[in-house]
Amino acid sequence: MIAIPLSWYIVFATVLFCIAIAGIFINRKNVIVLLMCIELMLLAVNTNFVAFSRFLGNPDGQVFVFFILTVAAAESAIGLAIVVLMFRNRRTINVGEIDSLRY
Amino acid sequence: MFSLNDLLVMVPELYLTAAACLVLLFDVFLKDDQRDATHWLAIIVMLGAIFLVIHGQTPETVTAFGGMFVRDHMAEILKVTVMVATILMFVIARPWLKDRQLFIGEFYSLAIFSVIGVMLLVSAGSLITVYLGLELFALPAYALVALNRESKLSSEAAIKFFVLGALASGLMLFGMSLIYGATGTLALDRIFAVAGTTPHPHLLQLGLVFLVVGIGFEFGVVPFHMWLPDVYEGAPTPITMYISTVPKLAAVGLAYRLLEGGLGPLAADWRVMLAIMAALSLIVGNVVAIAQKNLKRMLAYSTISHMGFLFLALSNPTAEGYSAALFYAVCFALMETVAFGVILALGRKGFECDMIDDLKGLNRRSPWFAGMMALAMFSLAGIPPLWGFMAKVLVLKAAIDGGMLWLAIVAIICAIIGLFYYLRIVKVMYFDAPVEGAEPLQAKPDFVLRAVLSINALGLIVMIGFSGTLFEWCRAAFGV
Repeated sequence: MIAIPLSWYIVFATVLFCIAIAGIFINRKNVIVLLMCIELMLLAVNTNFVAFSRFLGNPDGQVFVFFILTVAAAESAIGLAIVVLMFRNRRTINVGEIDSLRY
Repeated sequence: MFSLNDLLVMVPELYLTAAACLVLLFDVFLKDDQRDATHWLAIIVMLGAIFLVIHGQTPETVTAFGGMFVRDHMAEILKVTVMVATILMFVIARPWLKDRQLFIGEFYSLAIFSVIGVMLLVSAGSLITVYLGLELFALPAYALVALNRESKLSSEAAIKFFVLGALASGLMLFGMSLIYGATGTLALDRIFAVAGTTPHPHLLQLGLVFLVVGIGFEFGVVPFHMWLPDVYEGAPTPITMYISTVPKLAAVGLAYRLLEGGLGPLAADWRVMLAIMAALSLIVGNVVAIAQKNLKRMLAYSTISHMGFLFLALSNPTAEGYSAALFYAVCFALMETVAFGVILALGRKGFECDMIDDLKGLNRRSPWFAGMMALAMFSLAGIPPLWGFMAKVLVLKAAIDGGMLWLAIVAIICAIIGLFYYLRIVKVMYFDAPVEGAEPLQAKPDFVLRAVLSINALGLIVMIGFSGTLFEWCRAAFGV
């Protein structure tokens, strides 16, 4: 059996993470996409933790992943609630139109 | 494995968690006109927690749950200050909330949950506790910013706060995963022991950069300050007051735990990053604040510059630097409370009193509030002998002792620029005539509010005499 080396996992997680960050900054359409990007970012971190944990032979990282998953769920709940609130107030969730607060 | 002793170490946190659930449940059974009971219950609960923190104090550092939770002097000082700031917020916010039909029980339980998050954060001994504390603090804070459900600005501020806050915690987590990879442990004291000798120093440094970015977001220093002015302006004013005090105190604890407690051996790397961020926030904060017309937004930029000052102290990684930073954060929290308290007290439904022009001729309309606002502005500007001045002197001394003379010079120049916009508020209040047909101010500010705010403002003067004692406490927190 050919084992996949650690560096592949790290590169994969980093690419996922960069896609998430780019998504947050490039996205000009929809707030829901922002929430998806945040979720993707946390999943990239989880991949990192699990890979390190496996290769270090230390289970702490996998325990951390459970906590991150739980918090991510709570975080998206709050995020979606705020998006619903915003839609009620403005009838749009377009990122480009969230611009009442500026200099 | 844990024992009963571990639970005893974190009695204040456990008590406050149970009490927050109690406040939430208790409120369900109340009618709208009995809401005051929740208010007083929440205050009593917080006073009880302060008592428990002070009562359980021990001279030595105690750890629990295999080092996940640390109780030391720094954590105790931060916890007490955070709770005092929250109680002040409760008292000052009540008339404001009643006036706008926002006097609901959720406000209190969310704020208490958020305080529990801060308490965990400043007592964290492991990356897991740091992350959980940070999120437990932040999630209720997002909801609090959106408290005013009818307001477009409030929900916009909430979504911005949420997205940027989640981004910051994601970046910080990525850093944590790299540090875990480089050191093979999540415990901060283990990381400290291994950091100097790790076979992967570059991985560790990369992790450090991400952590510093996360900490920078939490403080709101340039270039991670984008959320701060928008959240300050859009959030309901009592929540702005909360956001301007509690997270800053929490962030001092966060920075100390992560940077000194975990990555102390890399101090030579991170102190330069902090120094650059300090210089940028001093310049951007003070210069942009001059252009503001909205008082809350101006205070946001002033906060950015103050956080730059705080970073000045943190860039000197010694006990002297940390104690100056802690002292600065405590003084800053009490000064901000007065400034936002006056804005809260003067507004009424339909008129927030948050534009600088609204303060024109305030001395003629309400001399006592004008006096308190002037005191807060002088203190924030750092006019001797007020608190803001002493805090600034200590911070500058820490920076110069740490060999950052250039940074201290930048800070002094920026503090002088900053004088302009603080003194402009004083000028507007005392020397300008009220605008013709100006909106009437709050006719009869609540008595309790006036009393507490006055005590807080007079405290800024009286406490000058005790600042030596307070500074000794701050030094003792770091074992000097």
